[in-house]
Amino acid sequence: MAMLEVQHLTVGFERRDGPPVTVVHDVSFALDAGGTLAIVGESGSGKSQTVMGLLGLLASNGRATGHVRLRDENLLGMTPRALNRIRGDRVAMIFQDPMTSLNPFLTMERQMTEALQLHRKVTRRVARQRAIEALERVSIPDAARRIGMYPHEFSGGMRQRVLIAAALMMEPDVLIADEPTTALDVTVQAQIMALLREMNRERGTAILLITHDMGVVAELCDDVMVMYAGRAVEKASARALFEAPLHPYTAGLLGALPRLDAPGGSTLRTIPGNPPMPGSGGAGCAFAPRCAVALERCHTEMPVLESIGAPPRLRARACHLAVDEGAARQPAPGARP
Amino acid sequence: MNVPTFIAAAARKRRTAPALARFVSHRAALASVVLLGLIALACFAGPLFLRNSPIDNDWSAIALAPTLAGGHWFGTDELGRDLLARTLVGGRVSLEVGLLGTFVSALFGVIYGATAGFLGGRMDAAMMRIVDMMYAIPYLLIAILMVTLFGRAFSLVVLTISAFSWLDMARVVRGQTLSLRSREFVDAARAIGVHPAAIIARHIVPNLAGIVAIYATVTVPSIILTESVLSFLGLGVQEPMTSWGVLIQDGAQKLDAMPWLLLCPAVLLCATLYCVNFIGDGLRDALDPRER
Repeated sequence: MAMLEVQHLTVGFERRDGPPVTVVHDVSFALDAGGTLAIVGESGSGKSQTVMGLLGLLASNGRATGHVRLRDENLLGMTPRALNRIRGDRVAMIFQDPMTSLNPFLTMERQMTEALQLHRKVTRRVARQRAIEALERVSIPDAARRIGMYPHEFSGGMRQRVLIAAALMMEPDVLIADEPTTALDVTVQAQIMALLREMNRERGTAILLITHDMGVVAELCDDVMVMYAGRAVEKASARALFEAPLHPYTAGLLGALPRLDAPGGSTLRTIPGNPPMPGSGGAGCAFAPRCAVALERCHTEMPVLESIGAPPRLRARACHLAVDEGAARQPAPGARP
Repeated sequence: MNVPTFIAAAARKRRTAPALARFVSHRAALASVVLLGLIALACFAGPLFLRNSPIDNDWSAIALAPTLAGGHWFGTDELGRDLLARTLVGGRVSLEVGLLGTFVSALFGVIYGATAGFLGGRMDAAMMRIVDMMYAIPYLLIAILMVTLFGRAFSLVVLTISAFSWLDMARVVRGQTLSLRSREFVDAARAIGVHPAAIIARHIVPNLAGIVAIYATVTVPSIILTESVLSFLGLGVQEPMTSWGVLIQDGAQKLDAMPWLLLCPAVLLCATLYCVNFIGDGLRDALDPRER
């Protein structure tokens, strides 16, 4: 049974000077209990706004519509008060930049125990003890002393581990990690991914990972949803997706990964062009202008997300190309002649 | 081990009061607390031990320059009243108005400004328009109205001054809050279900400490001077009672004949303002954990 089920989620923003813009169009996905799902896409593809929308964390001019169920509760219909009881308790979130997501004026103890004291009736002493244990679990040495320190006394990787420890303490059903390793260097990135994997395997925490890094996806996730310009363009298991991407955009993302085993002197592959601005799209597929194998139809008709195959190898994609002649056949977009 | 080092070491050991430890290690601020305490003590308790009263005239010593003999250490004014006694008694009013008024204006300004800045949007616009409207009201007019309606009372002076001095604080705080609320740690607090009021109190306000401490130290002198303007217009303290503002204004008019009438209260006022400034400095450093 799905732990978190999102159906037809649409997120839009009111604008003072102009019509409202829609940044997430009709996105649906499900995250099983103990499962791991990655939402992948470039900056501006709507992946962060998708999770902000489902948690009710949009800016004040934002609106999310659709259905978001956490087990059997509809998150979108909730009062802010009811939502506050769920956030931080059953759903925890880790943000992209550990340098700014900690308050520089508060000690680690106060920040780590805030959620615990808010959601569970524990004394400050117990909360502190749990926080120290959590810090030890994420291998912060000398935790009892460090917990009284301030964020500026920690390195970026340590801060992200503190944030993960704070989330871990709450033992949430779902952990949402919004680009948890983007601001960190590669060695630290590996530690953080190992921690998330451990949390998923040992405690059964379902993880929703937002990233633009296919390498990170491969390390952690069972399922992947690829987003482009606010729409889901491909959904598949991570294994199937890496083996055979069915959407040209996914193929482009995979093709753009730097490879160590590539022949010497080969240039890094890119996808030409830039993603469209929200609200600027025409009638056709948003990716068509950048797609190397676009058909005429692609520019005039929006492809819908269609299921391909049957469970357990069910996947879906939104593309007009025939499946067998699709992304797999094309030269990686942007490959230099 | 001297006393400040000892307090600092003790506070550091407990780790519950690192801010206190940092404040104590700021020597100028610590010295300022001591000096300000002494000035306040002299103002409130001093006149009880003086030979001369601040009100009675000493006809044998009219317009006497400061002298160690005869007990008129700061000299006397043209009516033979002892300036030392008058300065100390006047300090009571000025210190009370200055510190109380600043406290009230900081408290109200922070709550109002942080709320407006954090809520943003229409609420912010509406709240700041109210502040603009308050700016447009001449405070002297209100002061005159209050005194006419409720009679002359010290609390009324403080109230009137506070009612207008929080406006600047609210604006400064709101501006700072606007930049703070888009920081990720505020999103993080929202994401763990913290109520907006608690976000303001726990996450925004500590980040405002520096700017509030600095701005409050600017507010103290401006309030002390505002009080003297009110007194000059007959709305504040009245003869024979006095305040530093009043004494300085009197003294400035007799500068060529009796310079000590200006100098003595001015020196005490300056000392007080310096103390407040250093304390503000120390507070800002102490409240910011990154300052070590």
